[in-house]
Amino acid sequence: MTSLDTATIAGERDYLLRYALLHLRNSVQAEDVVQETLLAAMEGAERFAGKSAVRTWLTGILKHKIIDHLRRSGREQPLSDDERSESEAVDALFAEDGHWREFPADWGNPASALENTRFRAAFEMYLQRLPARTAQVFAMREVMELSTGDICKALGITSTNCWVMLHRARLTLRECLELQWFGKPSS
Amino acid sequence: MIPDCKETSELLSRQQDESLGWIEYLRLRSHLLICKACGNLKIHLDFLRAAMKQYRDSD
Repeated sequence: MTSLDTATIAGERDYLLRYALLHLRNSVQAEDVVQETLLAAMEGAERFAGKSAVRTWLTGILKHKIIDHLRRSGREQPLSDDERSESEAVDALFAEDGHWREFPADWGNPASALENTRFRAAFEMYLQRLPARTAQVFAMREVMELSTGDICKALGITSTNCWVMLHRARLTLRECLELQWFGKPSS
Repeated sequence: MIPDCKETSELLSRQQDESLGWIEYLRLRSHLLICKACGNLKIHLDFLRAAMKQYRDSD
């Protein structure tokens, strides 16, 4: 039995908060779910079997808290202006005949950007520019790694709707990366 | 029969979430054979996924 002390649990707070902020734009709500997670973890510390890393265990608790929160707050919200302009922006990437207006460029070896410390800050900024609901679905898919079926169930949306949002999130982020990161000569 | 770039981008995105039906898969492949731009998009989508994981896991 691995003993798990309060300090170890609290030490993961920053990580959990960043994780929560990928799903909940509102920092008060993100703080709340992290707080609930830390409390639940401290109360249930003896249930931590030590088979997984502390972070993995805590993240598992946090995921449930986030999904509960998303489920409670807002199904069927009307489209926001952000989402409407995002859908227009994605449509505008293609000409009438369905061809790219601007061809996606060759990024060389994009993986090397992952080692650049400035890249993380830039990437975070691009993520924050996504409309809230698009970002939420994208994070459930890419951060929590939920299947689209599970995302649809949690949010009460159709799979078509889910694919449309994921497609928009990806093309919007790709566009940001190309225009603002890979398009620039590296300095 | 061969999808245009817009539809190809939708297929490439959906392929990140589930496996495509074989007809969709063949249509996607046939477009990628003739379109370098959509080939770049495929690389970009893979990179995006890796970047998201790194952002999640970094300290």
